[in-house]
Amino acid sequence: MTDAKVIPFGDDEGRPRAASTDRGARPRHRPSAGGRDPRRGGPPLSSVPEQRSEADALPPGRDAEQQGPGRQETGRQEPGQGGLLGRVLGDAWDARAARGLAFLRRRLTGEYEVDEFGYDEELTDQVLMSLLRPVYEKYFRVEVRGLEHIPSAGAALVVANHSGTLPLDGLMLQVAVHDHHPAQRRLRLLGADLVFSLPVVNEVARKAGHTLACAEDAQALLTRGEVVGVMPEGFKGLGKPFADRYRLQRFGRGGFVATALRTGAPIVPCSIVGAEEIYPMVGNSRTLARLFGLPYFPLTPTFPWLGALGAVPLPTKWTIQFGEPLATDAYAPEAAEDPMLMFQLTDQVRETIQHTLYKLLVRRRSVFF
Amino acid sequence: MGKVVLVTGAARELGVRFVRRVQREPDVDRVVAVDAVEPVRGLGAASFVRADIRQPSIGTVLAEHAVDTVVHLDAQGAGPEGRAAGRAFAKEINVIGAMQLLGACQKAPAVRRLVIKSTTGVYGSAPRDPTVFDEQTVPGALPASGFAKDAVEVEGYVRGFARRRPDVAVTVLRFAQILGPARESPLAACFAQPVLPTALGHDPRLQFVHDDDAVEALRLAAGEPRAGTVKAGTFNIAGAGVLLLSQCARRLGLLTVPVPLPALRWGGGVLRRAGALELSAEQLRLLTHGRVVSTVRAREVLGFTPRRSTQETLAAFARERGAGPLPPGLLGGAVDRAAAVLAGARVRPPHRQEAERND
Repeated sequence: MTDAKVIPFGDDEGRPRAASTDRGARPRHRPSAGGRDPRRGGPPLSSVPEQRSEADALPPGRDAEQQGPGRQETGRQEPGQGGLLGRVLGDAWDARAARGLAFLRRRLTGEYEVDEFGYDEELTDQVLMSLLRPVYEKYFRVEVRGLEHIPSAGAALVVANHSGTLPLDGLMLQVAVHDHHPAQRRLRLLGADLVFSLPVVNEVARKAGHTLACAEDAQALLTRGEVVGVMPEGFKGLGKPFADRYRLQRFGRGGFVATALRTGAPIVPCSIVGAEEIYPMVGNSRTLARLFGLPYFPLTPTFPWLGALGAVPLPTKWTIQFGEPLATDAYAPEAAEDPMLMFQLTDQVRETIQHTLYKLLVRRRSVFF
Repeated sequence: MGKVVLVTGAARELGVRFVRRVQREPDVDRVVAVDAVEPVRGLGAASFVRADIRQPSIGTVLAEHAVDTVVHLDAQGAGPEGRAAGRAFAKEINVIGAMQLLGACQKAPAVRRLVIKSTTGVYGSAPRDPTVFDEQTVPGALPASGFAKDAVEVEGYVRGFARRRPDVAVTVLRFAQILGPARESPLAACFAQPVLPTALGHDPRLQFVHDDDAVEALRLAAGEPRAGTVKAGTFNIAGAGVLLLSQCARRLGLLTVPVPLPALRWGGGVLRRAGALELSAEQLRLLTHGRVVSTVRAREVLGFTPRRSTQETLAAFARERGAGPLPPGLLGGAVDRAAAVLAGARVRPPHRQEAERND
């Protein structure tokens, strides 16, 4: 079973989900769906091996050429239709190549837009998400539920548990909202300051729309009506020992609740199952952590003993469940200054996530399937 | 009776532009331009007084001309060419000059309005700060050196002055990188080089403001407030929008050389001392972490909206400067040619397709 299991919702309902045959392409990036039509009726799985071999047979230059906007899978072709290029690359290859070149042109001449947080929407949609999608669909086979709890318009604060030594859960959460939300919302994650101090990481994080987890940034994004994702456990959750898996840590000081109250944004609790087991952290080398200036240095059964190979996450099966939103607009603005209310709401969100985690764990058949 | 405006730092390009602009104002009687050196070009009808603002003589100038509006522009990143250059000199002008000028203003009862040119550099540049600075943001780390540190100190003295002279309307304008023919910002010199060393793995967000908009903001702050606007206070002045350094380099056609940050810090120091590179430690921080400020207050309270956005300012700068070694037109043209070749392949006649299939 290598399929990404997706609970259909909204307009996707009743349509055979071709996620496994999609090779990462998304229907909405494909204005000319003509090339796909012949395949629609047939059994979707039967075409997988052929497609793969075709794609693998492509010279690397060709393949790179396709890395443009609306990069699509090599569509099935009726034999004898179009030229050789058409047969190898699919019916609409020229349109795709043109789009790819247009993308390349914008990149080379710098003619694209970023917002004041450095979010490069085009790069995120066309490149970063395409890179993460195979991990999401094929490797962790993420099953996402309850996306309808994220409103189609207006601000919302998604609060999720954090685990897995490396913050892959945040990235998978971003792909889940990006790919499967009916209103195509974009999740703007709040990251630790370490993320924005590291070279390369900070650049990619900013371009992917992440920003520093501070009240000012969160409030600015929520005021603009964005969906903001926060993992209040922070490093305490991310770097907790394997023995403590699925036990939520303290939720910071509850600053996220105050920010949500000030902006009136609903809080959407989110439980992620599967991320805990990707790197079973059996030990923590404080000496090495201090040496590298990191909050913890994980020791897993494979890392650092096997080197880079040990850094490959275990292919666990993930579930992301969004819960009922908690409305905050009923509170008066000065409620954000009330510490008791903050603690109470923080606990409420935390309990919701913890209970959902337990429920999902009971239902889970195995860690890997 | 019209106003008498005193402008310090009038010898430099931005000062000259401001002097020439402000004397066209209907309510301005006279403009007194002050600097220690001769202006780069004519000042029009303004009277030029050669005076060093670090000397107490500036007080005599204020009293002699019955100045009621002081516009302090004499703050600089580094000693300009021709003078005994260097940081120590610039620091003395920036800090001692401002102190002396403020002292003189305090003793001059006629002064009613004070406008200070500052920089958004006062917010510093650090990865742990909020993404967008507004005028109230307290940065985590204050700038440790350079022009920005001077600006922080000057702003401190200005606040002290505002306390002691509550009858004077004090306006501090924090400008983003001023880019244009005046080459006010040191970044202009950076962008004028064909090769731009960048910090590997960092792509900072930058904001620019055009010379004309900077002059306009100063003029607005120096004039009488329009209905519904307030002049006193601190305002960020920056063009709308944000550009990444990589975008700037592509649009200017600059060649970027990503260098790991520690090597860049070390090598930058060496090259700077050798005089081969215009890149101070302060700019290096800006070009590593970037800085974006909110201009909401300038728009809503001061009533100032820059005519040119950050993108338009850079485009104007690119036109004025000329293309770098990798002009965007060239690269875009190459891609267009590739697109044309592809389009040609699409309309290839059937017999060619047949031949291709047999290959």
